[in-house]
Amino acid sequence: MVYDVAIIGGGVIGCTIARELMRYPIRAVLLEKESEVGFGTSKANSGIIHGGHHGSPNTLKGKLEWLGNQMWDTICDELGFGFKRIGELTVALAQEQLPTLEKLKQQGEEKGVPGLEMWDQERLLREEPRLNPDAIAGLYAPTTGVINPYEACFALIENACLNGLELVTDSLVQDIDQTDDIWTIKTNRGEFPTRFIINAAGLWADRIAQMAGVQPFTIRPRKGEEYILDKRLMGLVKRVIFPCPTPVSKGILVIPTYDGTIMVGPTAEMVDDKEDLTTSVAGGQTVFQMVRQVVPGISPRDCIAEFAGLRAVTETEDFIIGPTDKKGFINVAGIQSPGLTAAPAIAEMVGDILRDEGLPLQPKDDFVPSIPKPIHFVSLSTDEQIALTQENHHYGRIVCRCELITEGEILDSIHRGARTLDGIKFRSRAGMGRCQGGFCTGRCMELLSQELDQPLAQITKRGGDTWIVREREEVAK
Amino acid sequence: MITDTISHLKKEYDVVVVGGGPAGMAAALGARQAGADRILIADREKEAGGILLQCIHPGFGLQHFKEELTGPEYAQRFLEQVLETDIDIVSDAYILDISADKQVKLMSGSQGVHVLSTKAAVLAMGARERTRGAIRTPGTRASGVLTAGLAQKFVNMIGYLPGYRAVILGSGDIGLIMARRLTLEGVEVAGVFEIMPHANGLNRNIVQCLHDFDIPLHLSTTVADIHGRDRVEKVTVAPVDENFTPNLEQSWDIPCDTLLLSIGLIPENELSRQLKLQIDPVTSGPVVNSMMETSMDGVFACGNVVHIHDLVDFVSQEAFLAGSNAGAYVTEQRPPGDNIRLIPGENVRYCVPHTISTDREHTVYMRVKRPMEQSVLRLGDVYEKKLRFVLPAEMVNLKVRPRFLENFHGDTLRVDVVPFED
Ligand SMILES: Cc1cc2nc3c(=O)[nH]c(=O)nc-3n(C[C@H](O)[C@H](O)[C@H](O)COP(=O)(O)OP(=O)(O)OC[C@H]3O[C@@H](n4cnc5c(N)ncnc54)[C@H](O)[C@@H]3O)c2cc1C
Ligand SMILES: Cc1cc2nc3c(=O)[nH]c(=O)nc-3n(C[C@H](O)[C@H](O)[C@H](O)COP(=O)(O)OP(=O)(O)OC[C@H]3O[C@@H](n4cnc5c(N)ncnc54)[C@H](O)[C@@H]3O)c2cc1C
Repeated sequence: MVYDVAIIGGGVIGCTIARELMRYPIRAVLLEKESEVGFGTSKANSGIIHGGHHGSPNTLKGKLEWLGNQMWDTICDELGFGFKRIGELTVALAQEQLPTLEKLKQQGEEKGVPGLEMWDQERLLREEPRLNPDAIAGLYAPTTGVINPYEACFALIENACLNGLELVTDSLVQDIDQTDDIWTIKTNRGEFPTRFIINAAGLWADRIAQMAGVQPFTIRPRKGEEYILDKRLMGLVKRVIFPCPTPVSKGILVIPTYDGTIMVGPTAEMVDDKEDLTTSVAGGQTVFQMVRQVVPGISPRDCIAEFAGLRAVTETEDFIIGPTDKKGFINVAGIQSPGLTAAPAIAEMVGDILRDEGLPLQPKDDFVPSIPKPIHFVSLSTDEQIALTQENHHYGRIVCRCELITEGEILDSIHRGARTLDGIKFRSRAGMGRCQGGFCTGRCMELLSQELDQPLAQITKRGGDTWIVREREEVAK
Repeated sequence: MITDTISHLKKEYDVVVVGGGPAGMAAALGARQAGADRILIADREKEAGGILLQCIHPGFGLQHFKEELTGPEYAQRFLEQVLETDIDIVSDAYILDISADKQVKLMSGSQGVHVLSTKAAVLAMGARERTRGAIRTPGTRASGVLTAGLAQKFVNMIGYLPGYRAVILGSGDIGLIMARRLTLEGVEVAGVFEIMPHANGLNRNIVQCLHDFDIPLHLSTTVADIHGRDRVEKVTVAPVDENFTPNLEQSWDIPCDTLLLSIGLIPENELSRQLKLQIDPVTSGPVVNSMMETSMDGVFACGNVVHIHDLVDFVSQEAFLAGSNAGAYVTEQRPPGDNIRLIPGENVRYCVPHTISTDREHTVYMRVKRPMEQSVLRLGDVYEKKLRFVLPAEMVNLKVRPRFLENFHGDTLRVDVVPFED
């Protein structure tokens, strides 16, 4: 049985494409080397749906940013993950930065981004009193939003599977062959014959292209370190705060995340190793030094967690999306920032490309656009909580006490596909709070072990060799 | 073991105690003795006992019971006293919220959500451990980096080991105890690394847990990097200068698959913050007066939720006081209020309680900032006491008797620990 389409890579790009393609009656498979989708760059970013005005309209990424931005409301309504349009402010601290803000505003208006406003100092400090009082002006963009990028990946893939996608995780694509019009993708979990390949392998898209023998390109990783602050600082700023951009960088941001923590970052540093997710002393220093210039009240003492993500950068610094010199092989590569924002627009574009390349796509009647909405216990009213816990006692037991996540929610994440501690954490938030799993790790492991029928020693943080505990007898040997 | 007695839950209580660790149980007993009638202890775990249940080593109760008990034994003694009374005690019951008019929202696995009302509340939620994020150790995101307390739970309560070869960062008591525990279990412990020039655990733990097992303790040294893609493969350790900056030129690598963090506890003040209680930025616990009453009328606090104690005996003592004052509050027999504020001075990090009165005897608990031999503890200029040595890891306590204050008329008193001069 030959697939119509095989998608390589289950990042936000692969997941959005998968969901988009399942609107049509085709046979599709998504191959992902990690244990779960979204475990690459897509879970380690700033989670911003960019306003639409940042990128130049002369680039692909600039065009798709604004298009993608406008599509997230519908997707979020249908799939029910965290997304809020909280707006952003780009802050000028010196007179000479004003022209840059003016230019950004103009660029946005030309693209049709609505609501851009220049705020003077008074308005700026009234709306965001925690900004540096020396800030002189700010560009306000109401179209900017924050999202739970990992929740989005999980929701997209869950919906795609509901509509017939085959998802194969833990499958590393090792080689690709073409005979006549059929491609064969070789993985550690068998071979997948297919007519079309969508190369959405993120940092490794250049390797995949190489395996297929199409026109080569290189991807280099650009690292971004991010630091998460204690929830106590919730409300410190209401909008995403950008410093005035320079020709080389958007700068280091203050991000009120969807869940109410404040995140600061990211850095931007070219690295050699595509698996280098280390954080560094220098990175932390840069981040805190830079954000304190804009929001002086932020202190490294409030940090509860840190992580790094790698942007997939091509020579042209632009997205590479399109067919190749070999029929049926389509690149969706070099999707660096604002790839998350642009993802839905990219997915539509990929649909169009497939059509142009000869895959007939007629919408099917039985496409189900939504998934059952997950229950978030603490946001229910007391009456709803009482009713729910009477019906299902698992919701009556708090497992993660920092984020107040119940056993019911953890079981739900497992039933929806969580296979690892990170899978639970990114679906339910258990372990994301200030104690970082100090209390709930053991219980989450027990629940995974029970539901997946696996011994505790086989439970991992995020698949592979990320085991957590060992049997006594094993260590004694 | 406490079974879930929630079916007996009353709609109204005199005193609700949040947390069933040693602090919560002692507070409930204190409230009972002071005449409060309907008392409830709620703990979110399957059993009451708090952190003591995972502390299966001896060393508890030397002060209170004058004998050496293990953590679970110490907890059991208190539990038995509680069970002899008509105090209601429920486990698997999480206190989600307390409103300004003292409506308590409780949820339980077996019974769901309940709202009860109470006249007074005692907060005894204990503490949580500081994590890697708090010290921002650079390196990879490998698994195998966990807090010592979580490792203790895995080993002592769930029955699994955290790895084959461990490095311990921080010389807090939990880390020291785990160094010994892991060694006994067959896990190799490569060493304990402490960034400060002095250890942060009790002296007796340094001796009994490290020296007796030949586990090296490196002072003024820290973990400067963590390596390994999936699981920890090694850590880089380095000596630090006086600004705590690691000197990487003198660093060395230690192969290991586990890094335990024992870098301090932080009071668990989620609820206190919800109640908008005044918090002391130094202790991270609520500000309390000499009755252990917080800034909110009728809400008391005790144990690790107020400040981190090194000995459970002091927890019990402080909690009994908090509970009896909660009892006095509901029976309207409260002693008069405080009139003196204590100010931490030279080499004193904090004092608890934050205020005292001139008409009763008080025990004031405090911690010093740095070790000092031959020192004097001074309470303003009304009282002084010689101390042979003081250590940041060992809480200092001072009995303040009314007679010290007979001729004192101010409203603040500084507390200093200064070098002794003949
Ligand atoms: C620090 C940082 C901050 C960012 N902030 C933002 C932001 O605020 N807003 C925004 O719009 N964008 C942001 N981005 C960019 C955004 O995160 C990316 O554009 C987006 O996640 C790219 O998704 P992807 O699916 O292409 O890549 P990935 O998520 O990396 O997915 C690729 C997948 O392919 C899999 N794969 C690779 N090789 C193989 C193989 N051989 N076989 C099988 N599977 C394979 C990988 O395991 C991975 O899961 C940020 C990026 C970084 C690094
Ligand atoms: C490794 C280690 C070794 C130690 N060794 C010694 C020793 O040798 N000798 C000694 O004297 N002391 C020792 N101690 C110290 C002593 O155990 C602690 O000081 C004491 O347990 C603190 O008591 P507590 O009641 O304040 O907190 P905890 O014991 O932490 O109890 C708090 C309880 O409150 C519950 N809770 C929290 N929030 C809620 C909520 N919202 N609703 C319901 N319940 C809630 C928690 O689940 C917990 O059961 C040691 C401690 C550790 C960790």
